[in-house]
Amino acid sequence: MSDMQSQDYVRRSATTMTPPKARSHEDQVAKLIDVSRCIGCKACQSACMEWNNLRPEIGHFEGSYENPMDLGPSVWTLMKFAEYENEQGNLEWLIRKDGCMHCEDPGCLKACPAPGAIVQYANGIVDFISDKCIGCGYCVKGCPFDIPRISKTDHKSYKCTLCSDRVAVGLEPACVKACPTGAIMFGSKTDMTNWAGERIEDLKSRGFAKAGLYDPPEVGGTHVMYVLHHADKPSLYSGLPDKPRISPVVELWKGIIKPLAVIGIAMAAVGAFFHWTTIGPNEVTEADEAEADRVLREKEEEST
Amino acid sequence: MPLTRREFLKVTGVGLAAGSLGMLGFGASGVAQAAAVRPFKLAHTTETRNTCTYCSVACGILIYSMGDRAKNALSNIIHIEGDPDHPVNRGTLCPKGSALLDIVHAPTRLKAPRYRKPGGTEFEEVSWDFALDRIARLMKEDRDKHFITQNAAGTTVNRWTSTGMLAASASSNETAYLTWKVARSLGMVVFDNQARV
Repeated sequence: MSDMQSQDYVRRSATTMTPPKARSHEDQVAKLIDVSRCIGCKACQSACMEWNNLRPEIGHFEGSYENPMDLGPSVWTLMKFAEYENEQGNLEWLIRKDGCMHCEDPGCLKACPAPGAIVQYANGIVDFISDKCIGCGYCVKGCPFDIPRISKTDHKSYKCTLCSDRVAVGLEPACVKACPTGAIMFGSKTDMTNWAGERIEDLKSRGFAKAGLYDPPEVGGTHVMYVLHHADKPSLYSGLPDKPRISPVVELWKGIIKPLAVIGIAMAAVGAFFHWTTIGPNEVTEADEAEADRVLREKEEEST
Repeated sequence: MPLTRREFLKVTGVGLAAGSLGMLGFGASGVAQAAAVRPFKLAHTTETRNTCTYCSVACGILIYSMGDRAKNALSNIIHIEGDPDHPVNRGTLCPKGSALLDIVHAPTRLKAPRYRKPGGTEFEEVSWDFALDRIARLMKEDRDKHFITQNAAGTTVNRWTSTGMLAASASSNETAYLTWKVARSLGMVVFDNQARV
C-alpha cells in the first residue's frame, strides 16, 4: 500500500503529487502551553521520555535547572528556564517547555529533500517518518525554531511527534496528560484558542497588560501555542523567535531554483527528443573514418 | 553483456536522469511504503489500577502490562500513566510519577525483605515469613517488657513507648485508618507518618 493511500496526509516532503483530499472534514488539533501556569516540574519531560521509550545518556550538572542542556535525538521536549528582571526591578522566572511547534507551514517539510520523510497530517501534526529520513540535516536548517536533532548513531532526524500514535487513537499527548498544573492543554485548535483567550483576559486583569497568545502567522500559525505574559517580547522566553521565519535560503531553493531546475531538465529532455526525431543521431560513415585516419597520419608525420 | 562506450554512456545517462528526477520529487509513485504513525503500544495490554509509590498525595496510576493475562503469557509492565478517574490527580502525574516505569525495572529495586543479623556486617535476603515472624517476636518481647499500664498518679494509660512506627507515605485514607488502628491498639505512642518523599 502506498503511504499516499493514507488520506490523513495534507503535506509530504519532496513530493509534487497532491495527497488525496476527499476526507476534508478533520478537526485541527493544538497543544496550548500556558507559561504562566507552569511550575517547571518537568513532568512533561519525564512523561515524554517514558511514552516514547527515550532514555538519553545521563549528563552532568551545568549550573542550570535545564537538564539536559539541549534538545536531542532522545530529548524531544525540554524545559527552558530564563531569569528576567522586569521594569519594576523584580525577578521573573520565565519557564518554557521547548519542542516542536507543529507549524501549519512547516519549514522542515519544505526543506526536506527525501520524499515522504516529513509529512503533515490533516489534524495538523508534523511527523518525521524515520525510515525515509536520509539524515541530511536540511530540516534543522529549515526549522525556524531550531528543533530537529540528528542522531549520531543512526543518522536520522528526530523531534516531538505530538504523540501522533496517541492522538491517532483518540488520546491526548503524554506531556499534556502528565502536567500537574494544567499548564499544558490539548484539544481542537479552536477550543485551545478560546481557552487561551480566557487565560489572557485573566492575566491582563492581574497586571500583565501585554499578555497574549503565541500562534505566529509567519509560519501560518502553529499547532503548539503558548500563552505568554509578555507576548510583545517572546524572545524573553529562552529565545522564542519574535518573528519566526523559514530561512530565505530554503524559500529560494524550494520556491524558485528547484522549479527552474526541473523546467531546465525537462526542456533539455524535450530538446534532445526533437533533435533526435528531426536531425537524428550523428552517423559515422566510411568516408568520415578514412578522412579522420588521413588527418591523424598527417599530424603524426608533422610532429616527427 | 558486452557494452560499447556509446551504450555505456547511454545507460548511465538514463540512470542519472531518472535518479535526478526522483530526487526532485517525482519518485513516490508506485513505491510500496509502510503506514506512517507508530503503532499504538497499549492496544491489547492489561490495564491495572494502583496508587503511586512516592508521596502522600497518593496519585492514582494505570499500569499497563504486556499480555491479556492468558495462562501462558507472563505479564511485564511496559507503561505507567496517570489514572484519569482518580479524584486526587485526574490523570496527571509529577516528574517522578511519570517515570515510575524505570523504578519497576530498576536493577537496584528492593523486591524482598533483607536482614542483618546482630553483629553481622552484610544484609541478606530473607523470606517474608521469616521477616514478619522476627518483627512480631521482637515487638512482643519489647512490649511485654516495657508496657506501661499506669502512670505515676495511678491513672490507666496503657502506653508502649519503647518501640515506634514510621508509616508509609502513599497511604490512602483507608490504609491510614487501618494503620492507625493497628499501632494505637498496641498502645504505641511513638508513631509518625512520612508525609513527603
